[in-house]
Amino acid sequence: MNSNLHPGQSKSGAAVLCEEISRAFAGTGLVLDHISFQIQPGEFVALLGPSGSGKSSLLRLTAGLDRADEGRLAIDARQGAVSRGFVFQEPTLIPWRNVLRNTTLPLELQGWKIDRAKPRAEEELRRVRLADFAVRYPHELSGGMKMRTSVARALITRPNLLLLDEPFAALDEPTRHALQQQLREIWSALGMTVLFVTHSISEAVFLADRVIVLSQRPARIILDSAINLPTARAEALRTSLNYVEEIRRILAVIPNPAANT
Amino acid sequence: MKPNARMSSLLPPLLPLFVSMGVFELAVRFGWVPSYLIPAPSEVFRSLIDDRLELATAAWTTLSSALVGLLLSFTAGTLFAIALSSSDLARRAFYPYAVFFQTVPIIAIAPLLVIWFGFGQPTVIASAAIVSVFPIIASTLLGLKSTEPALIDLFNLYSATAKQMLYMLKIPFALPQIFSGLRIASGLAVVGAIVGEFIGGGGLGSVVDSARTQQRIDRVFAAVLISALLGVVLVGAVNFVSALTLGSWHTSERKSS
Repeated sequence: MNSNLHPGQSKSGAAVLCEEISRAFAGTGLVLDHISFQIQPGEFVALLGPSGSGKSSLLRLTAGLDRADEGRLAIDARQGAVSRGFVFQEPTLIPWRNVLRNTTLPLELQGWKIDRAKPRAEEELRRVRLADFAVRYPHELSGGMKMRTSVARALITRPNLLLLDEPFAALDEPTRHALQQQLREIWSALGMTVLFVTHSISEAVFLADRVIVLSQRPARIILDSAINLPTARAEALRTSLNYVEEIRRILAVIPNPAANT
Repeated sequence: MKPNARMSSLLPPLLPLFVSMGVFELAVRFGWVPSYLIPAPSEVFRSLIDDRLELATAAWTTLSSALVGLLLSFTAGTLFAIALSSSDLARRAFYPYAVFFQTVPIIAIAPLLVIWFGFGQPTVIASAAIVSVFPIIASTLLGLKSTEPALIDLFNLYSATAKQMLYMLKIPFALPQIFSGLRIASGLAVVGAIVGEFIGGGGLGSVVDSARTQQRIDRVFAAVLISALLGVVLVGAVNFVSALTLGSWHTSERKSS
């Protein structure tokens, strides 16, 4: 999988080591059942699984928003401190802050002066193609624009680990496709490690260089495989035979829910 | 809004007012209702004009007592709610007493206030503050507790301090609830001020009290009318500030576009 990395890419990505992680919740019981995997610096990994399989729980653990009951989770930035960016399922923008000030929020929380944070925010907004909407408020934006703001906010701390929790699930298909491609481009340009949670096989295959497939709850890893597609992912890929072949390969390991009903 | 449209939106609430005033006027004029029970609307109107100076001074006294009381209850209530919201233990220890305190009728403790604060404005202000504090505590607490969990996650992700969490997220997020508590409290502050004035003296409360002993029912009605107007003015002022503050972002204040 390292063959997919761009030159110099691994420099700005963090490595993730997840060893025998288990997590149970009151009410739902065991959600994660001894999960182990390793992510190399600069890898783009999709975490695929059915709804309620615990993939979001795993992502929250990785983000440091929750603690595992058992196991070891280590994140190692080769250079400098670990910095995480998180894109939630919903855009989770602050309604009384405009696009620019929503984007500067993480830096403000870390004590940056707003004058110093603004140029950085403008740069990230250009990256997600929202530069012209900096003074708009969340309620004036479309769903896709809100999500792009949320991505810009996650990028502003220059994270070496970007975590995304089904960020495009609520968007219409053309918007979702456009954002998938933009995310892939952003990753190519910045080279951080990406962990992308989704329940869509086609999304996982289009975006990632490697997929980790979780079973139904309690989640175990049922497949951990590289995606054999070129590094550059263009729109045309979606109708290519190789793409369909990769989807078919992953579908084959996933139990068909219709068989149980 | 065009003048015609304004007329047609004002007409439905004004029509019952004019009709009922007409009915009462006739009822008193024809002697169906004795004028010592219900005054003719024209009598009330005359009292409003004849006693305008005394009523205006009394209204100003009541309004300023209610405002100072509201300011006190808003400050104390908000601080109390913030303290309770920051600790589960504190909330469980003290919130039941806030609820219990609210059920004690103000009219029953008003004599105590006179003992503590003497006759005059301090008693009136204390009465207005006590009556209006609970809705502020309850709705501020509710607002502080209802912050979107994903936004709390976001703040935690960037290791926000408790102070940042409070000032940059929880308090702004609670503003709509804080304003709705303030709206209820502002009406109650006028009620509390007038109850306080029944016992502590001054303002519209004593105008009502003395007019009652003089059997001047028209003046009682005139004072009651003005005290109701004071409540409306206060609630309107809160609505105005609320629209100014929340106008740009909150759904409850946003004009449908």
